[in-house]
Amino acid sequence: MALESPAAVADRLGGTGYLADDALATVAFLALEMQRPLLLEGEPGTGKTALAEAIAESLELPLVRLQCYEGIDATQALYDWDFPRQILHLRALEAAGSARGEQSVEEAEKSLYDARFLLARPVLRALQESPAVLLVDEVDRADDEFEAFLLEVLSTYQVTIPELGTVRAATPPIVVLTSNRTRELHDALKRRCLYHWIDHPGLEREVEILRSRAPEVSETLRRQVVELVQQLRGRDDLQKPPGVAETLDWARALHHLGTAEIDIETAAATLGALVKYREDSERVRHALDQMLRP
Amino acid sequence: MRDPDVVLLAFTRALRAAGVPVTHDRAQGFLAATAVLGAGDRRAAYLAGRATLCAGPDDLARYDQVFHEYFGSRDGLPLPRPKQRVEAPAFSGLPLDEGTGAADSDEQEVVRATASDTEVLRHRDVAALSAAEKHRLVGLFATLRPRPPVRRTARHQRWHRGRVDASHTLRASLRRMGEPAEIAWRRRGTRPRRVVLLVDVSGSMSGYADALLRLAHRFTQAAGSSGSVETFTVGTRVTHVTRAMRVRDPERALVAAGETVPDWSGGTRLGETLRFFLDRWGQRGMARGAVVVVFSDGWERGDPTMLGEQMARLRRIAHRVVWVNPHRGKAGYEPVQQGVVAALPHCDDFVAGHSLATFAELVEVVSRA
Repeated sequence: MALESPAAVADRLGGTGYLADDALATVAFLALEMQRPLLLEGEPGTGKTALAEAIAESLELPLVRLQCYEGIDATQALYDWDFPRQILHLRALEAAGSARGEQSVEEAEKSLYDARFLLARPVLRALQESPAVLLVDEVDRADDEFEAFLLEVLSTYQVTIPELGTVRAATPPIVVLTSNRTRELHDALKRRCLYHWIDHPGLEREVEILRSRAPEVSETLRRQVVELVQQLRGRDDLQKPPGVAETLDWARALHHLGTAEIDIETAAATLGALVKYREDSERVRHALDQMLRP
Repeated sequence: MRDPDVVLLAFTRALRAAGVPVTHDRAQGFLAATAVLGAGDRRAAYLAGRATLCAGPDDLARYDQVFHEYFGSRDGLPLPRPKQRVEAPAFSGLPLDEGTGAADSDEQEVVRATASDTEVLRHRDVAALSAAEKHRLVGLFATLRPRPPVRRTARHQRWHRGRVDASHTLRASLRRMGEPAEIAWRRRGTRPRRVVLLVDVSGSMSGYADALLRLAHRFTQAAGSSGSVETFTVGTRVTHVTRAMRVRDPERALVAAGETVPDWSGGTRLGETLRFFLDRWGQRGMARGAVVVVFSDGWERGDPTMLGEQMARLRRIAHRVVWVNPHRGKAGYEPVQQGVVAALPHCDDFVAGHSLATFAELVEVVSRA
């Protein structure tokens, strides 16, 4: 799994259909070499989550995903004890104990905190399954306390379970954090990480991405779609400019309709794949009218 | 030839001087990263620094600039990034013209040495901006993120500590055939407290009306579906513009508000309009327990004692009364206008409101109320 240069990383990622530019490839290479978490920020739909998936696939490692949400806490990220099963186990012991001889109290208690009653949540799983890729998705949606907890795990790559002992990763997992910047992350967490801002790709790169992710779409359609989307992104009045994911959706939608070349009607009919706000769709419809009028 | 590490460390110093918060461990990370990539490669050093020394999109622009200054020519480096980012989504950098804001140009020169154009713009009086600057400021409104103030409710919600949630504990236990389960806890829930914004749109406030309605729009949008923000314009009459403010797009919202409000740039009879507001909406519940924010300069054409009475009445039913005066933040301002003098004793907070920076402070005051 040792890759000797950023170019090699870009090649590997390219093999899975993820096209990384040299800045992103370099940061990914650094993250692998320095064993530091990688913090990705950028507009929605620029391929932050996809990068983690591509890294896992290209290195043939399992991907463990932790989706953050408001109110997430350690029991959902680390581990939890399977309480009902423990109780059942205790009942079973009771029944067996009354049938044949006594069992020492300590033994019974010890058997309760066995690995088989442990529910491993994503972070613990990533440590146990190492080497693995741990994706902490949309970390900005979690609370501050959770961030502090994450910081603790990411600085030691180990988790202590009082009843069982310490779980340490044989090889630290490759950690990718993504954030949509709905709030500023704490600086301590950022300092642990390598930072990268993912921008919308340029024209040629986006055409290439389409070529690799949606090969069924014809070359002319592909280029036309990307050109239109790039122009739309340049406008400053959209609530949410379309990301690469939307470009892909739109190209596929047009392809499914058997479109060879975009005209005003097909564009209007498939607009739902591209923009997700009513105000935007009106604006985009006007803009496309102008762009597509010969 | 100097030791490359020294050169790189000196670069981190330069970066810190330029305002990127480079800490010691970040600098160490930078050295380690350049070691991994091989020192001597400009492009590699550039990328290593971007990954290890920057913490956000704001830092990136500064980083690019300092790197260019420090290591010379730009071969192999990307073109300067367009200024617009999440922070300033709308308009890319029009440089500020010299000498536009005549009143505070002295102060502006001092600030310019250390702050970016955007930072200067944040502190400029919105009424004194040129059309191009206003256009640019509009985009900056997206950086305001009002959080609604909260109040306790009678209803409880689950929590990881607090009081025992007996019924929940029992139900969980029954699901396990009566085995004792984990104890559930609960606490008093919270709900967003209502915020009522009263925006003076009379003639003396006309330079601020646009910016204040944009601010109201940010408040309304941030409250989202809870609908806890109500906006009224006051002048010679009271107009309920909440419906217009709920339109997601700021430009359309302002147009809609403009169509609703009949008394733009008219006179002010603040006392009377306030009484009308309280009779019609406030006392019936809209202002009860709410945070009421009055945006006005206090130029009162009517009887100031009436304004005082009505403010006292408002104060009795509202949770908190905030008076925002655009002139408050300016040098030499004294609250001597009759209206302000009458109203001030009945306000909990008296804050400035003439620039984006003061709006950001106001947002804080409201969310903590």
